[in-house]
Amino acid sequence: MGERILGVALTSAHTAVAPGPIRLVNLTLGYDRHPAVHHLDGVIAPGAALAVCGPNGAGKSTLLKALAGLLAPLGGHIERMGGGPRDVAYLPQLTDIDRSFPIDLRDFVALGATRRAGLFGRIAADETVRVTRALHRVGLDGLEERPIGTLSGGQMQRALFARLIVQDQPVILLDEPFGAIDEATASDLLGLISEWIAEGRSVVAVLHDLDLARRAFPQTLLLARQRIAWGATAETLTPENLARARAMSAAYDKDARECLIDETEAHDHA
Amino acid sequence: MIAEIFITPFADYEFMRRALIGSVALALSGAPLGVFLILRRMSLAGDALSHAILPGAAVGYLVAGLSLPAMTFGGLVAGLLIAFATGLASRFTTLREDASLAAFYLVSLALGVTLVSLRGSNVDLLHVLFGSVVGLDDAALILLAGVSTLTLATLAIFYRALVLDTLDPMFLRQTSAVGEAIPFLFLALVVLNLVAGFHALGTLMAVGLIMLPAAAARLWTVRLAATLPLSAAIGAICAYAGLVYSNETGAPTGPAIILAAGIVYFISLVFGRAGGLLRLRRPRRHLEG
Repeated sequence: MGERILGVALTSAHTAVAPGPIRLVNLTLGYDRHPAVHHLDGVIAPGAALAVCGPNGAGKSTLLKALAGLLAPLGGHIERMGGGPRDVAYLPQLTDIDRSFPIDLRDFVALGATRRAGLFGRIAADETVRVTRALHRVGLDGLEERPIGTLSGGQMQRALFARLIVQDQPVILLDEPFGAIDEATASDLLGLISEWIAEGRSVVAVLHDLDLARRAFPQTLLLARQRIAWGATAETLTPENLARARAMSAAYDKDARECLIDETEAHDHA
Repeated sequence: MIAEIFITPFADYEFMRRALIGSVALALSGAPLGVFLILRRMSLAGDALSHAILPGAAVGYLVAGLSLPAMTFGGLVAGLLIAFATGLASRFTTLREDASLAAFYLVSLALGVTLVSLRGSNVDLLHVLFGSVVGLDDAALILLAGVSTLTLATLAIFYRALVLDTLDPMFLRQTSAVGEAIPFLFLALVVLNLVAGFHALGTLMAVGLIMLPAAAARLWTVRLAATLPLSAAIGAICAYAGLVYSNETGAPTGPAIILAAGIVYFISLVFGRAGGLLRLRRPRRHLEG
């Protein structure tokens, strides 16, 4: 049966809408009025492969969370042409997945079809094919029946990527996708990301590994709460820019107090 | 002889048949809710909510005496109010859900006991706390059956949403607009079952029929799709066994049902194939790879 399933074209047909550009307009994000991303402007073009780099606390994860529609902006807004915040597939850095939940790998990955099937609709038969194909693509065939609690860290990350495949969205957001996994897994998953880019999806990935950004992502946003540089990766990740980002993030802790006083009234100082 | 113990009481006495129907109805819907309570690490929330219901039932009792609609309505309002307040408090303040729930239910319990003691004797208080499964009238039976049906239907419809909200809440919030509402819906179902249950078993004992069969079922299988019906079946059997025992010995029915469930739980704790104690004694040889 596996053979026949593999006979179906491996590059999945796009059922999702073609991605339009995502425009960040004077975007300020944060928690409890403490800004984590400050007045960010920019455009994520359709089909862009964008790495988001920057020191710790630079607002990278916060930006991704906002792009996924999980965080309302403190100021400014995100303009989406075609599709809403739910038409993206999002892989958080720290998932709050309860790994002790009694569910097997196949069902877990099949939940990626939730948006298509609706929360109440039944998951169609062709979704099963999609799930099997996704599991094969990430190299987890044979483990379909295993409870997710028995998977290793690397296998779990592969499972999450399989779920992203099943989600089949035009925009894919990845927060530190290679955080705690070995090189073999990372290079497999990187291959998958390259396929997504080749298929014309937009991929935005938070990366700590600058070499990886240079190798795999043509575009980079260097963030230190505000935009340090945004453009071709080689021109963005220059020693001068990186030094500036480091200095910026160090400086922020010192003027946090001042900034707060400025903003006690309202944050709309746009 | 055997028939005399196990069948005759139900054939001869209408109140026994009513008790059986009422407690089985509660078991069928309550136990699956208990499974989700356990999975959501909210095992004690059911207990807390049952205490929270008390002042509402007490207000109903103060207004209308031992009246089913008044006490049900009062209990429902109090339970939903506290479930909702807990949800809001945990979302918008720094207190976590368990701390908020503990705070609300303690205040609620103190208020409830005070209200009950303002009027009425200790006998009435005992009724509210421990129910009277052999005194179920038509209205109480319809309430129990209706709540059971509604709960099972809602669980069926919202099954995937509830699974996702328990397994990976962030994924649910990101992909679906109803995600935020699921925890409230779930707590509302728990309150509904507790309120219906307090007529039969009392506010405190109703929790037992929700939690014990669920905990026992979890020890026999790791598959959720099997755990849910198994827990309901265990609950129903315990309800029957408790009634038989109570009829034979004259023990109070509510506690008898819960004790029956307790026995099944302890048996499962030792022999359960998916996590019981005996499993540890003779480890099977490990596989090749």
